[in-house]
Amino acid sequence: MMNRWHVVKRLLPLLAVMALLLSACGREDLSTLNPQGPVAEEQFGLMKLSISIMVLVVVVVFAIAIYVLIRFRRRPGDKTIPVQVEGNHKLEIIWTVIPLVLLVILGVPTIQSVFGLAKDYSKDENAVQIKVTAHQYWWEFDYPQYGVKTAQEMIIPTNAVISIEAKTADVIHSFWIPSLAGKIDTNPGGNVNRMYFEAPKSGVYLGKCAELCGPSHAYMDFKVKAVDEASFERWVAGMKAPAEMPSDPEIAELFASQCLTCHAVGDKGGTIYPNLTGMGDRLAVAGFLINTDDPQYKNEGTVYDNLVRWIADPQEVKPGNNMPKVDLTQQEIEAIAKYLSEQKLDY
Amino acid sequence: MAHGHAVKRYSGLMDWLTTVDHKKIGVLYLIAGGFFFLIGGLEAILIRIQLWKPLNDFVSPDTYNELLTMHGTTMIFLAAMPILFALMNAIVPLQIGARDVAFPFLNSLGFWTFFFGGVLLNVSWFTGGAPDAGWTSYVPLASDTYSADKGVDYYVMGLQIAGIGTLVGGINFLVTIINMRAPGMSFMRMPMFTWSAFIASALILFAFPALTVGLVALMFDRLFSANFFNVANGGNVVLWEHIFWIFGHPEVYILILPAFGIISEVVSTFSRKRLFGYSSMVFATVLIGFLGFMVWAHHMFTTGLGPIANALFSIATMLIAVPTGIKIFNWLFTMWGGSIRFNVANLFAIGFIPTFVMGGVTGVMLAAAPADYQYHDTYFVVAHFHYVIVGGLVLGIFAGLFYWWPKMFGRMLNEGLGKITFWTFFIGFHLTFFVQHFLGLLGMPRRIYTYQDGLGLNGMNLISTVGAILMGIGTIVFLINIIVTAKKPKNLSNDPWEDGRTLEWAIPSPAPEYNFAQTPLVRGYDALWKEKMDGNKGMTPAEPLGPIHMPSPSILPFIMSIGLFIAGFGFMYNHYIVAIIGLVITFACMFLRSVIDDHGFHIEPDEMHDKGVKG
Repeated sequence: MMNRWHVVKRLLPLLAVMALLLSACGREDLSTLNPQGPVAEEQFGLMKLSISIMVLVVVVVFAIAIYVLIRFRRRPGDKTIPVQVEGNHKLEIIWTVIPLVLLVILGVPTIQSVFGLAKDYSKDENAVQIKVTAHQYWWEFDYPQYGVKTAQEMIIPTNAVISIEAKTADVIHSFWIPSLAGKIDTNPGGNVNRMYFEAPKSGVYLGKCAELCGPSHAYMDFKVKAVDEASFERWVAGMKAPAEMPSDPEIAELFASQCLTCHAVGDKGGTIYPNLTGMGDRLAVAGFLINTDDPQYKNEGTVYDNLVRWIADPQEVKPGNNMPKVDLTQQEIEAIAKYLSEQKLDY
Repeated sequence: MAHGHAVKRYSGLMDWLTTVDHKKIGVLYLIAGGFFFLIGGLEAILIRIQLWKPLNDFVSPDTYNELLTMHGTTMIFLAAMPILFALMNAIVPLQIGARDVAFPFLNSLGFWTFFFGGVLLNVSWFTGGAPDAGWTSYVPLASDTYSADKGVDYYVMGLQIAGIGTLVGGINFLVTIINMRAPGMSFMRMPMFTWSAFIASALILFAFPALTVGLVALMFDRLFSANFFNVANGGNVVLWEHIFWIFGHPEVYILILPAFGIISEVVSTFSRKRLFGYSSMVFATVLIGFLGFMVWAHHMFTTGLGPIANALFSIATMLIAVPTGIKIFNWLFTMWGGSIRFNVANLFAIGFIPTFVMGGVTGVMLAAAPADYQYHDTYFVVAHFHYVIVGGLVLGIFAGLFYWWPKMFGRMLNEGLGKITFWTFFIGFHLTFFVQHFLGLLGMPRRIYTYQDGLGLNGMNLISTVGAILMGIGTIVFLINIIVTAKKPKNLSNDPWEDGRTLEWAIPSPAPEYNFAQTPLVRGYDALWKEKMDGNKGMTPAEPLGPIHMPSPSILPFIMSIGLFIAGFGFMYNHYIVAIIGLVITFACMFLRSVIDDHGFHIEPDEMHDKGVKG
């Protein structure tokens, strides 16, 4: 008996180290193990509780298994017949009851949390309401309280609950911001799903589509940018400000005829495809081409470079998306990209 | 005494096409299932090569989605289930002391429909695109609006045809186990593998019709513009999710329960000990089968069913841990006090136990709905179900193959090569899938074609790919093992492991066509072991030696399945003439089968002696 306890005791510090590793694991903006808001925090709490219980179970099983395998291995030439035990009621009751107890320990907080996270903030005036509509392969964010609609980058204030109403325009997608909150599917038709989350720390969080939605499923990333209240107000104002068209009239006309039929900039343009207001300080083009002045990887570049790459051949970047290869010369593409990359919202 | 009608006995290829012998059908299932396992494995390796580094473009996104869809569909429907059916066919009748299954003709029909369904599904690779909406084929992605090419049609048609085979097989095993047990073989004396085959067959009976209904509805949507899943016209896409998982979750238990049965047999035999807590094992198996139908919505926690459904399905799912835990501890205590032999079959069985426990505990973690909002559709889930299906089922299948190979083929697989297979496969498996838990937790969704660099996902993806290649090497060594073994002489005794406990070890290896020259009398659980302990040489016969009635071979099941195969193409490509021709072939065979009297034939006792079989 003593011996086995020693094994368990020796394993305990190891487990503690593992738990520490777990809690420090992953990027702040992407990992479920590094939660940055109360919802992800609560989910992480449940994950830690379940992992602890399960590690306990695994350790017990492994310990018994290792002991049995060493102690009862067949020695060469062993012809003896072991005692044919039919069973043992006491033991069998023990390993039925203990798991039940463990499940109660896990089940009670699970149910509390299921109902807690189902809280509906859609009528709460202090919450920021955002209607999320998923498309192949981009995200539309509509702020009915502010009369603002944007795409790919969800700007949220740090001081309010964000209440999400999610649906899709085509196939099922799943809306997921790992470090802020678990996911919710976007269903077609009137079947809307609600969830809420908060991001008390300002910063950028990576969002993902989690449900297979077609060839560009992997590219359907989005960003959540949490900013303080004043910045958020400035952003809303900037989104609604009158659009400034390209200074070269030729390019302006081209932009209006080739781009604004589908896309919007400020108060101008169509609303069926992603809103382009403030492209200049977006974090990514088409969700997956990361904007940076210090490109390191294949999908990174300056806003300008990324825009040129995207407009020149959208299907190369995101196969199966709805943006056609627009009939533009290289100079025209570059001029439009230059114009868009200079459109910045100061917030 | 009734004498045999003149029945044509075939040889060579015709023998295999016409056979209704459960042992030969078992071998057919093994060959076909093994072939599809290799295809599915190749698809897996291609997936892992694509993911070995960030932003890789080894395959195109379209091809990647085809690969992941076909990998899942092939492994579940065309590899795992058929290989289990192979073992069930080869062993269950022997374990219950029967001469064949209840419906030998149906058994053959089941195999051929599965086979042609599987072939049809894979033909899609050569006709302009395999299915690419995932093995779950969620609508609207799988609808003709968003998957306009023929891929999903192949999925719908192939699985319907293959599904007939599975359903027929399941019913056949239910009837066989209920009706064909030898005298004295009561339900509570049945070997654990037979019990698990029985429960799995019951699950097939209730689960597969749900899949068929879903596939028919999807087929009508796609081919005849119906609106079951067309939201614009009042259809409902969540309905598909429900139908699919009402089938899909029991399917998981259809796969794993027979593996539980195999492990019970192998662990008990090679510990030289009776299975610990046999009746609680039976009870746990039945309970898992029952609960398996109560938990489907845990695949849909993020669908938005609401907190009440999520809470109920969370608790129901967690409950499955209890009977599963009972099984784990029963295996451990079967070994406790035993005399454990570490041959390859038992290595796989012993490797199964901790691996399956790891897959089981992540299952309980997934059952906690709020945490599942984070795990769902990430690599955590991928890791979980591969721990259960590969770490559970495939290790179980390997254990079963090494254990029963002598009974099926009369030759013992090479132990040395077997150990290489075990260690490469086992280590490769854990390398591949253990890190995937963490990939999921760190934010990697499943089914993504590629991932960005600099997210901290590179190292673990590389490890995962290395592991997959190791698993591939293990499988290749297993193939070499089969070839090497096939060149050895057939010279095994009835009980080559010397510790056999159940009826199959009471007859020659491989078993003769009629299995038991005389139906045995079963006097207790572990029937053969009981006779051994009582000092008897073999089983006591329950009948005098006499002529044995055998079913005659038939080519009809093969032709019927070809008819369905042709009809499938006709429907997919709107050539209704072709569809009608195919269906006419099938119905004509059914008609012939109904009107031609077939009394089978008899094997006379002297024929048995002629073949050198001990009476």
